Amino acid sequence: MPVTELLVGTKKGLFVLAGEPGAPFDVTARAFAGEPVEYALRDRRSGRVLASVTSPFYGPKIWYADDPAGDWEQAEGVALPAGGDAALERVWVIVPGEADGTVYAGGDPGALLESRDGGVSFSLNRGLWEHPSRSKWQPGAGGLCLHSIATWPGDPDRLAIGISAAGVWLTDDGGASWHSGNEGIVARYLPDDLPAEDEVALCVHRLRRAPAQPERMFMQFHGGVYRSDDAGESWSDIAPGLPSDFGFPLAIDPADADSAYVIPLTADIDRVTPDGRLRVYETRDAGATWTPRGDGLPAEHAYLTILREAFDSVGEGDALELYCGATSGALFGSADAGSSWFDVATHLPPVLSVAASGAR
Amino acid sequence: MPIVRVRGPLKGRAGNRSEHAIEGGSVGELLLELERAHPAAQGWILDERGLLRRHINVFVNGELGGQDTRVDADDLVDVLPALSGGCR
Repeated sequence: MPVTELLVGTKKGLFVLAGEPGAPFDVTARAFAGEPVEYALRDRRSGRVLASVTSPFYGPKIWYADDPAGDWEQAEGVALPAGGDAALERVWVIVPGEADGTVYAGGDPGALLESRDGGVSFSLNRGLWEHPSRSKWQPGAGGLCLHSIATWPGDPDRLAIGISAAGVWLTDDGGASWHSGNEGIVARYLPDDLPAEDEVALCVHRLRRAPAQPERMFMQFHGGVYRSDDAGESWSDIAPGLPSDFGFPLAIDPADADSAYVIPLTADIDRVTPDGRLRVYETRDAGATWTPRGDGLPAEHAYLTILREAFDSVGEGDALELYCGATSGALFGSADAGSSWFDVATHLPPVLSVAASGAR
Repeated sequence: MPIVRVRGPLKGRAGNRSEHAIEGGSVGELLLELERAHPAAQGWILDERGLLRRHINVFVNGELGGQDTRVDADDLVDVLPALSGGCR
């Protein structure tokens, strides 16, 4: 079986794991020891590894390397405009774009950074930064985090992004202009009679697009799981059938636009897996029904927290591999689309993110 | 001329040199000039607003100071990571 590589961002550095699915993986490299690595991924186009590191002392940076065990270079331009009234607090996610060399990074406070040279240098997307509604945007508990960036296969001009707590934003002109895509989302933490123009305080937790049918998107909300069939313009509730509609992570099978996987947490005031067991919930009918997948996952006294970026997949169909990491430091994997699970690692630092890639 | 002293990663970003003689009348002016002279250090001590990062401490002649602390020609300014930022 081919080797899978996992880039695991943790509270205490980046861990590179590799192994054959079905048994524990080896730790093949560690970088940024002691520092929070919010997110890291290997850009499959170039083979380059990009990592978001938030030093508590020296601020957020993006680093890149061809070999994560070797020397890292600091990317340029990972900052807000000098002399302004805001500073970049954290880079939550890094996403390869559709155009050659394009890489996006999402940060706090609601900042989208763009690179055209594979992550060597970045610049701020001004269209979003200067959006007239920005003064109404409100941070969630983790800040004003731009955490989800959904590209459109084959069309570099179309993007959907999710911001906690400023909702869904869409562009079809490469980021020159943005409009919100929040129709149908119900926020239980807002008053019922809030004017529509003020309904931007929407705490999107995770957003993903189905590449096989790009108009199809799934969203984990702060109390709600939604599906969009019109490219993120409007949303339908698909949470019925789940033990809780609160959670963060979301994965999909790229081969099946009707598929989604979520990992519910009990509630916003109790962010642990329900009933003391870890179960991943799968839909194969676009959210009409959900099936718990837990064979091999902790089933007793397991009060785990899986963070937003700590769930990823590689492959597709029956060979879809799923990986999720907990703040306990445990990392779990499935090589059969969630039907069964195995321990990948058990004693890592608190896991902040997981990015999986196949054999290189 | 006041001396700014850095260590650890900041020394590496500042030309791999610990001590830097810099013209300026305040801690903030010295740090801004240090980052200007060493672009690799830009953003490591001061954020985009020009403010001293929250978990960086500066000591002027051994006493805890701040961005607005005045400095004289023979002063020594130490830039150190603060305990408040470390190892949670």
